[in-house]
Amino acid sequence: MIDVLNAIVAFLNFVFIPAAAYGSQLALGALGVTLIYGILRFSNFAHGDTMSFGTMVVILFTWAFQSWGISLGPLPVALLALPLGIVITALMVLASDKVVYSYYRRVKAKPIVLVMASIGVMFVLNGVVRLIIGPSDQRFADGERFIINAREFKEWSGLAEGLALKTTQGITVVTAAIVVAILFWFLNRTRTGKSMRAYSDNEDLALLSGINPERVVMITWIIVAALATIAGTLYGLDKVFKPFTYFQLLLPIFAAAIVGGLGSPLGAIAGGFVIAFSEVMVTYAWKKVVTYLVPENLEPSGLLQLLSTDYKFAVSFAILVIVLLFRPTGLFRGKSV
Amino acid sequence: MSDAYGDRGNKDRSITKESKASMQPGPQHGEAHPAPGGPFLIGDTMTGGYGSGPDILHECTIAVDEGEIAVIVGPNGAGKSTAMKALFGMLDVRAGHVRLAGQDITELTPQDRVKQGMGFVPQTQNIFTSMTVEENLEMGAFIRTDDIRPTMEQVYDLFPILKEKRYQAAGELSGGQRQQVAVGRALMTRPKVLMLDEPTAGVSPIVMDELFDRIIEVARTGLPVLMVEQNARQALEIADKGYVLVQGRNAHTGTGKELLADPEVRQSFLGG
Repeated sequence: MIDVLNAIVAFLNFVFIPAAAYGSQLALGALGVTLIYGILRFSNFAHGDTMSFGTMVVILFTWAFQSWGISLGPLPVALLALPLGIVITALMVLASDKVVYSYYRRVKAKPIVLVMASIGVMFVLNGVVRLIIGPSDQRFADGERFIINAREFKEWSGLAEGLALKTTQGITVVTAAIVVAILFWFLNRTRTGKSMRAYSDNEDLALLSGINPERVVMITWIIVAALATIAGTLYGLDKVFKPFTYFQLLLPIFAAAIVGGLGSPLGAIAGGFVIAFSEVMVTYAWKKVVTYLVPENLEPSGLLQLLSTDYKFAVSFAILVIVLLFRPTGLFRGKSV
Repeated sequence: MSDAYGDRGNKDRSITKESKASMQPGPQHGEAHPAPGGPFLIGDTMTGGYGSGPDILHECTIAVDEGEIAVIVGPNGAGKSTAMKALFGMLDVRAGHVRLAGQDITELTPQDRVKQGMGFVPQTQNIFTSMTVEENLEMGAFIRTDDIRPTMEQVYDLFPILKEKRYQAAGELSGGQRQQVAVGRALMTRPKVLMLDEPTAGVSPIVMDELFDRIIEVARTGLPVLMVEQNARQALEIADKGYVLVQGRNAHTGTGKELLADPEVRQSFLGG
């Protein structure tokens, strides 16, 4: 019995909690991608670097606040810097829309042209971020490190396995839940949100109804900037900020959005968790959990790790290919926001 | 390959979302001028075509007065829908005028015409399929800032089935119900004139009869209705005014009954 409990705790500690936090981060990122896809009708390759830009701004403000001696007690100061980061990132994406994308909308370029343009924006942002903050790792988490400490948990429960819940993981899941709730309320209950869904559904009819496309596009960019900054900051708090990692995050984020069904916000969230849990579960060494569950003589000799963590991106892609083969529109049949 | 904005690689739906947008507004972007007199809505001797293409309409006149149903019929390719699009500002009208309620609106954009009181129901893709029936109606009233509840109740009175299905996605409804949503959406702006582009396209004969009944009901409230119809006979039966177009020109004009009785019209368009 104790062994089963130990196995569950080990599973929660090494698989469930990290995957839930990572899944929330991916879901927020995928929501941004799916909104752009639904309304501007192209896949925004610059999304990873928008996240990195937003996080960089948050980090810079966090450092400023820290140097002024501002503290949020157990919570990281980055949460205080987040709104400022969102505002600046929103201004940056609106500027990039003005300078780059609005032209292609005016000449009614095919969406594929916008995709290519977004790759250009991606490279530019990539460079800008590295110029400003440098290419190396930046840590900016402060405050309390753990909500549940592994050692205290062991003493409290008397189990051999410890359960750790980092503050950043808790914040990630809670923030993601709040953001998603607000986003869905906005899209389904407010006039502006509904007009965004209407525009995504049927451009012609939206025009006939007097919906202004440029306004819809502007609001979409602002929301996407907010989602990207929040997702990036949460990822940076939970792990570490490094521009190149954020660029690579594009892969699981796109996999999540496509697996869920591009254009479907619900799908983006589901996709985020599907990708995160598969990545963590496939690359986790199950030896510890299995050892608790099987009789002693059946104890595995290997690590029971399906793939080394170096291959985690391969997992996203494998899932992506499988879903596209068997359900090309994604789990949630994405077509429109 | 030389076309920089061509279609290469554009069919991959995992990267881009296809746009079904087909409406190309005409070049108009001016203001309305007062032009009193004449019928409530009239496209007066309109000549024009799409973009820089050849003229499709030739001195074509379409008018509708208050409380009337006007119907545009004619053979395939006669320019029926084009005439309606010209009235709605989606055509380069090179000669002639469009007047609505004592205003010359020839130079207005389609959106401004909606604000002036034109309700337009396109032939296809005339509903927001992923949104509920009620949301469709709400979006129809997007430009309004006052209370839309009474208008919505009126629409539900007119189309009771929509009230029943108000929280269902419009895309899940049957063809006839979808058309009701489409008409309801257009009515939500409280238009001064309702323009329907083939409202009965692709619905069964029974549903078609019902739709016609509803359209008559709408017209009885005093709202002028202008529609393009494939089913010429049924349409002319309910029409106060009929326009038979042939190759972008007015071929025959008269009341619905006159046209139905006209031997030439009967022979050429109504199958004897």
